[in-house]
Amino acid sequence: MTLIELNDFWWKYTSSEDWVLRGIDLKVNRGELVAITGPSGAGKTSLCMCLNGLVPHTFRGAMKGSVVVEGVDTRQQSVSALSRKVGMVFQDPESQFIGMSVEEEVTFGPENLALPVDEIERRMNWALKTVGMAGAKSKAPHELSGGQKQRIAIASALVMLPKILVLDEPTSELDPIGKASVFSVVSSLRREHDLTTILVEHNTEEIARFADRVILIDRGRVEIDAPPREFFSNVGPLEKSGVEIPQVAIFGNMLRADPLLKEELSKEALPITLEEAYKSVFRLLGGRRMHEK
Amino acid sequence: MRSENHAPIAPLVQARGLHYTYPDGTSALRGIDLEIHRGDYVAIIGENGSGKTTLVKHFNGLLKSTEGNVSVMGIDTRNATIAELSTRVGYVFQNPDDQICTSRVEEEVAFGAKNLGLPRDEIVRRSEKAMKETGIYHLKDQHPLYLGKGERQRVAVASILAMQPEVLIVDEPTTGQDRRQSRQMMDMIGQLYSQGYTVIIITHDMRLVADYAKRVVVLCNGKVLFDGSPADAFSRPETIKESALQPPQITQLAQMLRDFGFPPDILNAEQMYVAFKGIYARSRGI
Repeated sequence: MTLIELNDFWWKYTSSEDWVLRGIDLKVNRGELVAITGPSGAGKTSLCMCLNGLVPHTFRGAMKGSVVVEGVDTRQQSVSALSRKVGMVFQDPESQFIGMSVEEEVTFGPENLALPVDEIERRMNWALKTVGMAGAKSKAPHELSGGQKQRIAIASALVMLPKILVLDEPTSELDPIGKASVFSVVSSLRREHDLTTILVEHNTEEIARFADRVILIDRGRVEIDAPPREFFSNVGPLEKSGVEIPQVAIFGNMLRADPLLKEELSKEALPITLEEAYKSVFRLLGGRRMHEK
Repeated sequence: MRSENHAPIAPLVQARGLHYTYPDGTSALRGIDLEIHRGDYVAIIGENGSGKTTLVKHFNGLLKSTEGNVSVMGIDTRNATIAELSTRVGYVFQNPDDQICTSRVEEEVAFGAKNLGLPRDEIVRRSEKAMKETGIYHLKDQHPLYLGKGERQRVAVASILAMQPEVLIVDEPTTGQDRRQSRQMMDMIGQLYSQGYTVIIITHDMRLVADYAKRVVVLCNGKVLFDGSPADAFSRPETIKESALQPPQITQLAQMLRDFGFPPDILNAEQMYVAFKGIYARSRGI
């Protein structure tokens, strides 16, 4: 079932000279995890903001085409109605924290919906548990690491029980431990809660591990829209857009270009994760380890 | 590695038994012994809170040791002013906006040099050179805060270069930038290194460490856990694990395939391919 549909969507801010998004056609089905990558300034954030109605309701500009979320054109829905369907998490965990404590932060959205107190409590506990922060209710923002803040931002989106979660470079300001904790939450949401997820991300090694589809956006256009394996086979366009290909896929492509291995590998899929690369090399070497010889 | 190239010359920066405790009682550095030599390209790595930024802030006198000492080109930093040290060691903040304080790129780049009380033509000469070295000369009349993050980062680097330090420290030069900008930033730092600057970077990006740094210092809980080449650092799973870092993906692959004869210190896909070719040929009896 299609949850999001962009039809030849063009967008230009009042302040921008040129179109920021240029004829985007995109369909996202329920339960899909779609990763979006591409250089800075390509239009990724504008694309995210058109999903929860910030574009065109809050930001002013010109548009052509349409964005349809759950069967309704976003122009026919208010930002507050859309905020219940689409949860947003931004790049900088500092900028979105408004509460004095985790509890205050996470309950802010549902309180504005004037939900009953016990319902809010129930949702908050569930959301905090889901992001692995159940014990952090009374913590103040400064007591949290960047990764923890980002997980609280995800919990604050989840309490609204959205159908769609949009994460705009959620890990780019985090250290490796923080990054790993956020990625593990995102992949578990997808696995256990069947949440439809749009993840803007530069880290292609992580994308390769759990995205259903990867989209390359460059200069406001969709350049590639394909499952990860097919996506990372597009070496030329990816290099042109400055997208880093996972090292194991670069290695895999080198093996594929090797005259000795070309034929043997022609039937095999390109490895894009560490585990796949391990299996592929293992097979090529006939499982013969050094000490067995 | 560095002793081959730069034999018994005194280190540019030397920390001996360095401890630092923040006023709130947090013990950030707990006995650091470290020498930085002319011609080094050092990546300081370690998880958040391991003491990376606290350590380098001792190198230009922003922080003074609680115990032990730091000397920069023979001068004890406790007896030197930040102005004296800033012509020897330049520190570029992690967030360029913490540093940017004027409304024109050219003025921003000249800011530090001006504070050194240099003659006007010397300030102009140095800032122009610094803007050219960092590839921002064409932006000299722009407002720094209207530039992209990568460009603002370059402005911050240029303003440090205009003070002509021997040592250039860049704290997380690529955080928050896309991959192309990250590579461009690292290429620029690489060029400064080949022009003779001694470079220290702080980073979490192990692929960049593998591709650019010549020496790696791993910090963990305020102590030096490892000091050596990137290949050595990444081929010690115990060290890396203790510091909660992960080697580059291709290094991990080589290590998983160790039993086939892959060396554990592979740093990039090309090296992995060469190693594979050798092992493959042997396995086929070619």
